[in-house]
Amino acid sequence: MKELLAILLSAIIIDNFVLSKFMGICPFLGVSKKFESAIGMGIAVIFVMVCSTLVTYPFYMGILLPLKLGYLSNMSFILIIALFVQLIEIFLKKTMPALYKALGVYLPLITTNCAVLGVTLLNINNNLTFVQSIFNALGGGIGFTVALLLFSGVRSRLETCDIPETFKGVPSTLIAASIVSVSFMGFSGLIEGIFGK
Amino acid sequence: MVFESYILPVLIFAGAGLIAGALLYAASKIFAVKADEKLEAVNEALPGINCGACGYSGCGDYANAIIDGAPTNLCKAGGTAVAEKLAEILGVEAAEVDQLVAVVHCNGDCNATSPKYTFDGVSSCAAAKRFYGGSESCAYGCLGFGDCASVCPNGAISIKDGLAKVDKSLCVGCGLCEKACPKKIITMKSIKKFVDVACSSTSVGKTTKEICKVGCIACKICERKCPEGAIKVNNNLAQIDYSKCTSCGICAQSCPTHAIVDCRNSLEVRN
Repeated sequence: MKELLAILLSAIIIDNFVLSKFMGICPFLGVSKKFESAIGMGIAVIFVMVCSTLVTYPFYMGILLPLKLGYLSNMSFILIIALFVQLIEIFLKKTMPALYKALGVYLPLITTNCAVLGVTLLNINNNLTFVQSIFNALGGGIGFTVALLLFSGVRSRLETCDIPETFKGVPSTLIAASIVSVSFMGFSGLIEGIFGK
Repeated sequence: MVFESYILPVLIFAGAGLIAGALLYAASKIFAVKADEKLEAVNEALPGINCGACGYSGCGDYANAIIDGAPTNLCKAGGTAVAEKLAEILGVEAAEVDQLVAVVHCNGDCNATSPKYTFDGVSSCAAAKRFYGGSESCAYGCLGFGDCASVCPNGAISIKDGLAKVDKSLCVGCGLCEKACPKKIITMKSIKKFVDVACSSTSVGKTTKEICKVGCIACKICERKCPEGAIKVNNNLAQIDYSKCTSCGICAQSCPTHAIVDCRNSLEVRN
């Protein structure tokens, strides 16, 4: 139990996919303009990450590995991720059209969100067990959401700032993103401190 | 061997794809969204180039707005033909579209003006403008790096001899070039008006004449000749009031520097 909590916390804070591993930067910059769309995107990514892990892990361990087809993992994982993205897209279109519109092109782009593929591949590369993988995916998704929410707050402040013409828009956003990322480095060593090595 | 390394992977992927497809089909049936038949027809009728001239963020957005009761004559790109089609779909009276066309208010190509310096930077008007207002000797003229041409959704603008030219038959009147031009020398006018002032220089006549063969020198001949009183020379530059202009073409004939041009017989807005 302690171990699972450590995996969860470390995936959220220390090995944050966006701010420490620099995966999924595209939706991080694209959808973090508004708080509402950021939280919608975050929940969508959590769903896709957990569901993909639920399927990809048994798929890899049960089918690909015994048949010595491990090299197909990237391709087959993308197929599975695409399936869940499509499912969530159909679901959102019906139930939450406003959120569907706000997410726009970034919703189908979860398919190519490297954080999702990264989570499924890292689970296998790091020799995690099935339960550990699910917690890692859940933590990765929550970490992505946290990063998105934090940054949407930063950006709403940026919008009212008096920024020099040259830095307006993307440059100031990227600088702010790097500062947020640097601040997350302060968490390194936290897990070892709490749970012991 | 062949089976294990070639056929098996294909079978696995085919099987996985089939299952995924079946799942998606089931989901799309369960969560089906009823699409408005009219909406689909409206989407079909719109040109689909997403230029944004109607004031909505794209053709799809405008189609939704039409269903909600927006006017049918906002599509500049499609013109009257599209407006009629839309009116037919919705069963309302067709309204006429005042189709617009882009005009470049500069005629100073390589033959008429000379460059001030050689610009070796990024090939964009916006970049060139930052260096002393651009490489043209005329501070008001077209820089010819084609920022307008690159935003045109229909390829209507081309750069010839360092000057942007608009092909009237291709121009859809979306106004993106107007926004893109850093020198602000592109404006939109009704396609039914034929004369334009092809100069933006507000320098005094003598200065303009020294640097450009085809610039407006503010001689006011057009102002006197115009039978409708539609032309006024303001701030050393002739300006046409299109609400009064009847496109008679007398100003274009009488302009000594050919800064006013008549485009009724040319495909381009100006030749």
